[in-house]
Amino acid sequence: MARTSSESATVTLPADDQILITREFSAPRRLVYRAWTTPELVQRWWSGKRGEVTSAEIDLRVGGRWRYVMVANGGFEVAFHGDYREIVPDERIVTTDVFEPMPDESGVLDTVTFTERNGGTILTLHTQCPDQETRDMILASGMEAGMQEQMDALEQVAISLG
Amino acid sequence: MTPMARAATTADAFNAVAEPRRRQILDALAEGERPVNDLARLLELAQPQVSKHLRVLKEVDLVAVRDEGRQRLYRLNGTPLQPIYEWVKQYERSWSERFEQLDVVLEELIEKEKTHGKDQ
Repeated sequence: MARTSSESATVTLPADDQILITREFSAPRRLVYRAWTTPELVQRWWSGKRGEVTSAEIDLRVGGRWRYVMVANGGFEVAFHGDYREIVPDERIVTTDVFEPMPDESGVLDTVTFTERNGGTILTLHTQCPDQETRDMILASGMEAGMQEQMDALEQVAISLG
Repeated sequence: MTPMARAATTADAFNAVAEPRRRQILDALAEGERPVNDLARLLELAQPQVSKHLRVLKEVDLVAVRDEGRQRLYRLNGTPLQPIYEWVKQYERSWSERFEQLDVVLEELIEKEKTHGKDQ
């Protein structure tokens, strides 16, 4: 299937303690939902270019737990987990989202929605943080990842020169 | 990178736009220059409150002002927003990369359905 060029993620900050990510997919929403909720599939995309998912556990029911572990490109392990609070199959998932090294500071509530549009799917990921400081910290983590990639690229260049 | 690290360089603009009313003012000014009473009417706020917000925005250079006759006209200066934009952009990029991987997975799921039918 051909990918449309309009498919880029947008991030907005609807309030001081919130983040909203929106992205369009050229796939029916039941497939996007499946890719979002099936461990073997999550394992293939969740780390992006930042590393490798070594474990994805999903107990997809209200009160059930998920846990993703990634080995980042730098070699260190990063784990997140949460409890499902609300599940509407193919439509909506509400879950807590805890960054394990900082369980107290990072507890946020994620709401993922899947909406059909023209045979494709609009996905939104809304993150409600306990306060602005946490929100800013989460945003900063993306920045850190970006810098990490730059460092990796730099390393590659350095190796090729050697 | 910690919140402190980024606060050192851009704390002022960050704090200024953290206030929802001030973001509304910036949105309104994004459409063009306006006098304070215009903004007050738009935001349904008392003029002194708007003036107070404008003062904060002016202090961090997000808003510039000029006199035209007896009116003071306020306008948006987006330059101090650039670091915030860059900062969010980085976060956006890390999610975009995730979603690109997800695209690949989805393409395969679609292909599988074509070959094997929907129940596969």
